[in-house]
Amino acid sequence: MLQVSLYRYNPETDEAPYMQDFSVDTSGRDLMVLDVLELIKAEYDGSVTYRRSCREGVCGSDGLNMNGKNGLACVTPLSETVKGEKLVIRPLPGLPVIRDLVVDMSLFYAQYEKVQPYLQNASPAPAIERLQSPEERAQLDGLYECILCACCSTSCPSFWWNPDRFVGPAGLLQAYRFLADSRDTATEERLSKLDDPFSVFRCHGIQNCVNVCPKGLNPTKAIGHIRTMLLNRAT
Amino acid sequence: MRTISFDGVIVGGGGAGMRAALQLAQSGYKTAVISKVFPTRSHTVSAQGGITCAIASADPEDDWRWHMYDTVKGSDYIGDQDAIEYMCSVGPEAIFELEHMGLPFSRTEEGRIYQRPFGGQSKNFGEGGQAARTCAAADRTGHALLHTLYQNNIKNETVFFNEWFAVDLVKNQDGAVVGVIAICIETGETVYVKSKATVFATGGAGRIYASTTNAHINTGDGMGMALRAGVPAQDMEMWQFHPTGIYGAGTLVTEGCRGEGGYLVNKDGERFMERYAPNAKDLAGRDVVARSMVLEILEGRGCGPNGDHVKLKLDHLGEDVLESRLPGICELSRTFAHVDPVKEPIPVVPTCHYMMGGIPTNVHGQALTVDASGNDAVIPGLYACGEVACVSVHGANRLGGNSLLDLVVFGRASGLFIEKSLREGIELRDASQTDIDAAGCRLEALNARESGEQVAPLRQELQEIMQNHFGVFRTGEFMREGIAKLDDLRARVENVALADRSNAFNTSRIECLELQNLFETAEATAIVAEARDESRGAHAREDFTERDDENWLCHSLYHGEDKKVSKRSVNFTPQTVETFQPMARSY
Repeated sequence: MLQVSLYRYNPETDEAPYMQDFSVDTSGRDLMVLDVLELIKAEYDGSVTYRRSCREGVCGSDGLNMNGKNGLACVTPLSETVKGEKLVIRPLPGLPVIRDLVVDMSLFYAQYEKVQPYLQNASPAPAIERLQSPEERAQLDGLYECILCACCSTSCPSFWWNPDRFVGPAGLLQAYRFLADSRDTATEERLSKLDDPFSVFRCHGIQNCVNVCPKGLNPTKAIGHIRTMLLNRAT
Repeated sequence: MRTISFDGVIVGGGGAGMRAALQLAQSGYKTAVISKVFPTRSHTVSAQGGITCAIASADPEDDWRWHMYDTVKGSDYIGDQDAIEYMCSVGPEAIFELEHMGLPFSRTEEGRIYQRPFGGQSKNFGEGGQAARTCAAADRTGHALLHTLYQNNIKNETVFFNEWFAVDLVKNQDGAVVGVIAICIETGETVYVKSKATVFATGGAGRIYASTTNAHINTGDGMGMALRAGVPAQDMEMWQFHPTGIYGAGTLVTEGCRGEGGYLVNKDGERFMERYAPNAKDLAGRDVVARSMVLEILEGRGCGPNGDHVKLKLDHLGEDVLESRLPGICELSRTFAHVDPVKEPIPVVPTCHYMMGGIPTNVHGQALTVDASGNDAVIPGLYACGEVACVSVHGANRLGGNSLLDLVVFGRASGLFIEKSLREGIELRDASQTDIDAAGCRLEALNARESGEQVAPLRQELQEIMQNHFGVFRTGEFMREGIAKLDDLRARVENVALADRSNAFNTSRIECLELQNLFETAEATAIVAEARDESRGAHAREDFTERDDENWLCHSLYHGEDKKVSKRSVNFTPQTVETFQPMARSY
C-alpha cells in the first residue's frame, strides 16, 4: 500500500489547509503520480481537486510539488519520487491556493504577458514565409518548448519574494525566445522594458528552475543571455 | 443569473477556437473565448507531426490540387469536394499567416518551412510517388501552433474566460442560437453568455473509448450540447484509430516517425505493411495501416507475451535524426514505453485518435440541419469548426496532418464569415427567461439530485462498451448488443450523482456534465455505426466487407431527438477543378 499525504483546502468549509492521508492500493504498479490522484478521486474521495489534461507532459496542467520537488504529475513515476513508502503531494509553492492542489496562476500569467510573448516585425510580411536558416532556427531550441506549467517560477526564491516585479524564469525564457528569433525586430524595445533592478536582475542563479523543468529547459542560461544583452546595451 | 453580452462567443480555446477568435478580435468586434482549461492546455497542444499543406517548399512543383486528390481519396469519397477544395487552396495563405505570427517551424537549407512525408500523400494525382507535404516544427507542431495562436490573441486583446465550462445552448423562440449557459469553475457562478454568433470549437471526444490518444478533457462537450439542442450529428460512425498509440499507455507516436523512415514490424521482425500496401507500405492511409496491424495480431504475429501489439522500428534512422526531428517521441517513448527508440523498437497498437464526424457545417462554419423536405438549412447563430465540426474534409478517414490544417483554415473562415455578417447586421430576438431556464435545466437537475451512481465507474462502463463493441472491426450483431448496453446505461448516466456539492473549483460537477456529453457522443456513434451496413474508410464491418457506393456514397445524419439515422448528399462539385470520381481505393 502506498501512503499518500494530500494537501487539502476548501475555501467554503476549511478555516485552514490540512494534510489528509490515503492508503492507496497500487497493486505494485509503477504508476504516474497523476494515475494515483485519479485513483484517489475515483475510488476514495471524489472531492479531491487538481488540474489535468493531456496526461503526457505537454499541456502543463498538472504541475505539483511531489515529495518536495516540483514536477508534472503525469510524467512522474512513483519510482522516481517515492523514497520509502510515502508520497506527499502539495500545490506548487508560492502562489495562492484556490482549492486543494489548484493554485491561482494569475501572477504567473501576468509576468508571461509582460514580456510581450509574440513576434514583432516592423517590415511588411512577404507573400510566403519569412526565411530563416536552420542555424537561426536552432537558436529557438530549448526556448519555444516551454509549456507554462510554472514548475520553474514557483520553485524560485526570487519569484516567491517578488512575484509582481521579478518576471521569473518562465517569463524570461519566453522573453529570450523572442530576443533570439531572427525574425523579431523589437529587440531594443524588449530590452528597455526589462532594464530595471527587478525584472531580470533579481535572478541570483540559484538554478532551481533548471533542476525542476520537466521539459529539460534551462531558464538560467536564457537569463544569462538577457543579462549580457542588457549589459552590452548599457556600454 | 447574470448575463454577459458579446458579438461573438467561441466555446473552446484550442487551435480552431483561437484561430476564429483571433480573426474576430482583429476585426474589432467584442469577442470572448470560453475555455474549460487555460487555452494552451487544449488538446491541439498534443499534435506532433505537422500540418499538411502544398506550400511548395520540399517540392517547388507541389500543387494544392494534388493535396486535394489525396484528401478525397483518403476520405474514401465521402469528403465534401467543395470543402476540401477550399481547405487545400486557401491552406498556404493560412500557413504563411501562422509563420508571420511567429510559429517556429523547422527549416530547410533554403530557409523555407521544413516538410516531411506523411501517410496517403502523393504527387501528380497519385501518379508521381510519395510527396513530402507536412509542415513541421520538429515533432511539436501542435504545441508550437497553439502557443503561437494564444500569443497572438494576447496581442489582440481577446477576452478569455479561462476555466469556464459551457453547459448548454440557449435558443430563442425562433430556434436561433443566442449564446450558452456557462459555469465559472473557480467560483461556481452560472452565467448566461449572450452572443450574436456562438462558435463551437470544443474538439473531439476520444474519451468515449477506453484506449485513446486523447486528453482527459476530450469529452465531446460540443456534441452533447448540440444533440440536446436538436442539432444533427454527421458521420459519427467514422472514428480514426491511429496506428501508433504506445501500447498500454495510449499516448500518441506521430506518423512522422514513419514519414522519416520508420516502419512497423511483427513478432518475426517482418515489415508486414509491404504485404498489405505494396506501394505506400507504412505510409498508406491510417485506416489501412490500423486494420493491417489488427490482422497481424489476430493471426498470431503480434509481439509480447500476449501477442497483442506490434513494434515501430526507428533505431536504423540514427540518433542524430531522432534527436533533431523526433525529440518529443524519444521523450514520450522513454517515459511511457520504457524504451529508448535510438536502440529498440517502440511497442504500439491502434488507438482511438480522431472523430471524423461532428456538427455538419458549410465552408463558412455555419451549422446545418435539414428542413422538412430534406434540404440543408442553416441554424441561425450557431457555428462550428475544428474537430467538433464535420464540414466535411475528412469523410470516412482523415489523412495525417490534415486536422491542424482543418482547424486553422475553418477557424479562420468562421471568423471571416462572422465578421462579415456582423458588419451586415445580425438580428436575433432575445432569449426569454423560459428559454434561458430551459438551457439551465440539466445543471439544475444535477445540483438538485440527492442520489445516484458515481461518475467514475459509469464513465468506465461507457468506455468499455465502446471499446469492445465499436472498435477497429465491427459486426452488426455485436454492435446491437453494445447498443442494448448503452440503452441500459442512459438512465444511469442521466441520474449521475454529485460527489461534491461545493462551488469553488468543483471538478466533480464538471466531470458529471462531461460524462453526459460523452454519452450523447457515444450513443450517436453506436447507432449510426450499426446502420451503415458497408465498409468504408475507418468503418470496417466484418459482416459487410465491401464498400457500397450504390447505397452509402453519402453522409450519415443522426438525429438525437428520435435516434433516427438519415442520409445527406456528399458534395461532388468543386468550383475550380474537375470532380474526383469515386474509384477503388488502394495504396
